[in-house]
Amino acid sequence: MIINHPLLGPRDSAEFVYLGAATLMDRPDPDTATAEEWHDYGYLRDNPAGPHRELWFHEGGDRSILIVTRNTTTHEITAVELARTVGART
Amino acid sequence: MTQKNRLGGGQVDRNTTLTFTFDGKTYAGHPGDTLASALLANNVRLMGRSFKYHRPRGPLSAGSEEPNAIVELRSGARQEPNTRATTAELFDGLAARSQNRWPSLAFDAMAVNDRLSGFLTAGFYYKTFMWPAAFWEKIYEPIIRKAAGLGSLSMQADPDTYDKGFRHCDLLIIGAGPAGLSAALTAGRAGKHVILADEDFRMGGRLNAETFSVADMAGADWATQSVAELSAMPNVRLMPRTTVIGAFDHGIYGAVERISDHVAVPETGKPRQILWRIYAQNTLLCAGATERPIAFENNDRPGIMLAASLRAYANRWAATPAPRVAVFTSNDDGHRTARDLHAKGVKVAAVIDTRADAPRSHDYEVLQGAQVVDTMGRLGLTFVEVRQANGEMRTVECGALGVSGGWNPNVQLTCHQRGRPAWDDALAAFVPGGTLPPGMVVAGAVGGQFSTYAALKSGADAARQALGLKGRAPRIPDAEDAPVEQTPFWYVEGCTRAWLDQQNDVTVKDVKLSHQEGFRSVEHLKRYTTLGMATDQGKTSNMGGLAIMAELAGKTIPEVGTTIFRPPYTPTSIGALAGRMRGKEFHPTRLTPSHVWAKERGAVFVEVGNWLRAQWFPLPGETHWRQSVDREVMATRASVGVCDCTTLGKIDVQGTDAATFLNKVYCNGFAKLAVGKTRYGLMLREDGIAMDDGTAARLAEDHFVVTTTTANAGKVYQHMEFVRQCLMPEADVQLISTTEAWAQYAVAGPNSRKLLQKIVDAEYDISNDAFPFMACGNITVCGGLRARLFRISFSGELAFEIAVPARYGDALMRKLMTEGEAFDVTPYGTEALGAMRIEKGHAAGNELNGTTTALNLGMGRMVSKTKDSIGSKLSERPGLNTADALVQVGLRPVDAADKITAGGHLMHADGPVDAAHDQGYVTSAAYSPTLGHMIGLGFLKDGANRHGETLRLVSPVTDLTVNVEIVSAHFVDPEGDRVRA
Repeated sequence: MIINHPLLGPRDSAEFVYLGAATLMDRPDPDTATAEEWHDYGYLRDNPAGPHRELWFHEGGDRSILIVTRNTTTHEITAVELARTVGART
Repeated sequence: MTQKNRLGGGQVDRNTTLTFTFDGKTYAGHPGDTLASALLANNVRLMGRSFKYHRPRGPLSAGSEEPNAIVELRSGARQEPNTRATTAELFDGLAARSQNRWPSLAFDAMAVNDRLSGFLTAGFYYKTFMWPAAFWEKIYEPIIRKAAGLGSLSMQADPDTYDKGFRHCDLLIIGAGPAGLSAALTAGRAGKHVILADEDFRMGGRLNAETFSVADMAGADWATQSVAELSAMPNVRLMPRTTVIGAFDHGIYGAVERISDHVAVPETGKPRQILWRIYAQNTLLCAGATERPIAFENNDRPGIMLAASLRAYANRWAATPAPRVAVFTSNDDGHRTARDLHAKGVKVAAVIDTRADAPRSHDYEVLQGAQVVDTMGRLGLTFVEVRQANGEMRTVECGALGVSGGWNPNVQLTCHQRGRPAWDDALAAFVPGGTLPPGMVVAGAVGGQFSTYAALKSGADAARQALGLKGRAPRIPDAEDAPVEQTPFWYVEGCTRAWLDQQNDVTVKDVKLSHQEGFRSVEHLKRYTTLGMATDQGKTSNMGGLAIMAELAGKTIPEVGTTIFRPPYTPTSIGALAGRMRGKEFHPTRLTPSHVWAKERGAVFVEVGNWLRAQWFPLPGETHWRQSVDREVMATRASVGVCDCTTLGKIDVQGTDAATFLNKVYCNGFAKLAVGKTRYGLMLREDGIAMDDGTAARLAEDHFVVTTTTANAGKVYQHMEFVRQCLMPEADVQLISTTEAWAQYAVAGPNSRKLLQKIVDAEYDISNDAFPFMACGNITVCGGLRARLFRISFSGELAFEIAVPARYGDALMRKLMTEGEAFDVTPYGTEALGAMRIEKGHAAGNELNGTTTALNLGMGRMVSKTKDSIGSKLSERPGLNTADALVQVGLRPVDAADKITAGGHLMHADGPVDAAHDQGYVTSAAYSPTLGHMIGLGFLKDGANRHGETLRLVSPVTDLTVNVEIVSAHFVDPEGDRVRA
């Protein structure tokens, strides 16, 4: 696969490490979250046949973590964002 | 050495004669020959034995689709089994051998299987070797394995090298036949970056095998001229001998280039093969088509081959399998073979055409509406039995029979992204359909454009379309443009032992049997009969099987569908896939700066991850490792020892929010850590399980240096980046791994300060008052060399860790040894390190094993309740905090002579030994030279409250039962006086 890095352009996916679903960024609020919310965050993942937002760590590159929207059935990548930028917006 | 069946013309270089051997007999051929064409020219038709029945076989084809002529090439370490004689390029001195026969190819004892064929039908193994079940592993399987299989391995290491490479292009053209060449000329002349890859050693595809003219010259000459023009273009890269094996995601193609397969020994410095990863903006597949055979009784005798292959041997290689041939066809294409062979002076005994209206010829007899119903000739074809239109039988004498059932487009690569081919009624064949890999278009025969003109035109058009070229379309040279008409004809009525898959010996009868037994899915048919599962992946056989299955099920062929095509397109050597990743290049070794010094000292090394670390340093006279390790421990505790701890992960954390960040990743607090102080930190996973531990030293308000365990250095760094970028994106904190930048040594023992005082520059006071336990700071050593000093201790002694830039690591170690002579300084390795940390009760990888929590590790109170950190919430889960939760304890044998082993479980002193009564387990064990007996660390239910209890340590695996006393894990200096000294 080729991942279109927002800063570095198209890079081979072999330079990256897959970190899991992008929902990992939505860490429950430690002050208010219920045990159930922590459980869901820790253990539940969607397994869609279609677009999936996921984290890719550019370990062999600039060490950015990217949010890649990849179609799990075709591997088509429709969006690539810097996790840090997205995280700072939300 | 006469080439009895060599014809005139062709594209072999008669000025040079190559000598080669097949089964020990010497033959002659020419450059341009394949092994198969040279053997045929030498009147050798028998080249192999089939997989199951050991039937005598000769080549079916003249290309990579070959199922039969599978041979072993070369000898010694370069011996290579299961190669196709039809693609093996002849070179001088080539030694080839037939396979799967004993004692000889002409007389094969295992051919008795053929007589037993009534029993050895589809599913034979499944039905026969079921009972008794215990027989399978010990008796049936070894016998079957011995009888089956084709070639043999040399059992030696491959002496050749393989490489990998990366290439980029605007247009990748796969296949250099008329369509591919036409496309390459169009794209190349437009200045585009083109890669033209072809599996053959001579580009031109069918143009080399046909007698058609292109632009008023022989097609082969037009191909030669086109290749010459292309090779002069700097923007075009020609890759002959290169098979594109797979279409992967996002326009990435895998291709194997056979650099040295056509020479006896690779040229110096050249690899045998290269696996290319080609990044193509656009791809044009011009893979052509494969002729399909017709199934009839005994259609597998040497001499029976595909009709277009028969004429390829005559036209390109000037070879015929026999001086007298016949053709069996269901379409006009078969007649081309008869015409071409007749023109070459080969006697055409008859053309047997299934069609009643087949065209007639002046030059040879055409039997209209006739079918071949049987053949004769044990080791090579002698006669074919023909049933004529009027029902009369007739025997035709011939040494070769060309068979043509039409052509199948080579759709394989169009399906590698799970695309399914579409059925074309007019062609009676599957063509590329559905969703092709993004960026791929097709041209030529693979797209159903079967005439030469149509191939040339579709190639040029497709290249223009793919690249978006504007302007006038190029002129297409004049070429043959015969209409294409394919009459489906799959098998001759009434045949049973009619081979579909010749390599795996699957017959029409097998397919019928599998249908009768209820196998309805094409994927099940494949696996039950093994149709299409051989090295050729059914390139010549799948369609026949599908057609018969469709007929039996009363369905159409597209309703039955095809099996899924997967990479690789043709067999690929493991060497090419591995490339340079062999031995140490697969698993590289990382060496610390003191490695050379340690080697000089005679150290024994151990692999820790990719690192080599000194395990112990034997002295003369020490014959057992324990002697060395015990000495190292005792010397360190008595005076001073030095250990290389460079391999521990080091991460630099900087920024105004560095302390806030560490507060988040460590479960214990770091915000209030003073500058110049170090603190132990425990890192949890979000689920509350311990991930790693280490120290964080605050060198400045906004600067920490974090250490990790050797094994987790990469993982911890990754985790910290996740927290930084995904959870704390607005924090001002930067991370960088500095593991390789600093050489670091532990200097431990009561005399460690005295030793360091000899090298630390005088302006730095490292006395106990100025530099107490857990202090850290930037210092200089040896007269100005910048260094970092940490007063931390893993051994439990007064100890420091000193770090210098990596390039000074060797010098510092040597300096410590020289200056330490006064204190009998002792270098120690990882074994002594391990023994001392167990004596001190420090947890390590054995304890942080991915199942243990802070509570288990006896550090439950370290998890701060006053702040949020990764894992703090989920570590509070009730299930992790039960009253009988496992807690780390120390173990000592009741009888000091007894052994303690890691991995054993703890049971009550009496009672049953089973999982239900399990009290805990042992994680680490070592001989304690300080105490004079073995000690251990382990986890015990409610362990903190059970010190003094006696339990049984059992290890059923090693047959060990020992009484142990539960004690504090701090065996040595439990009050910690020494580290503060």
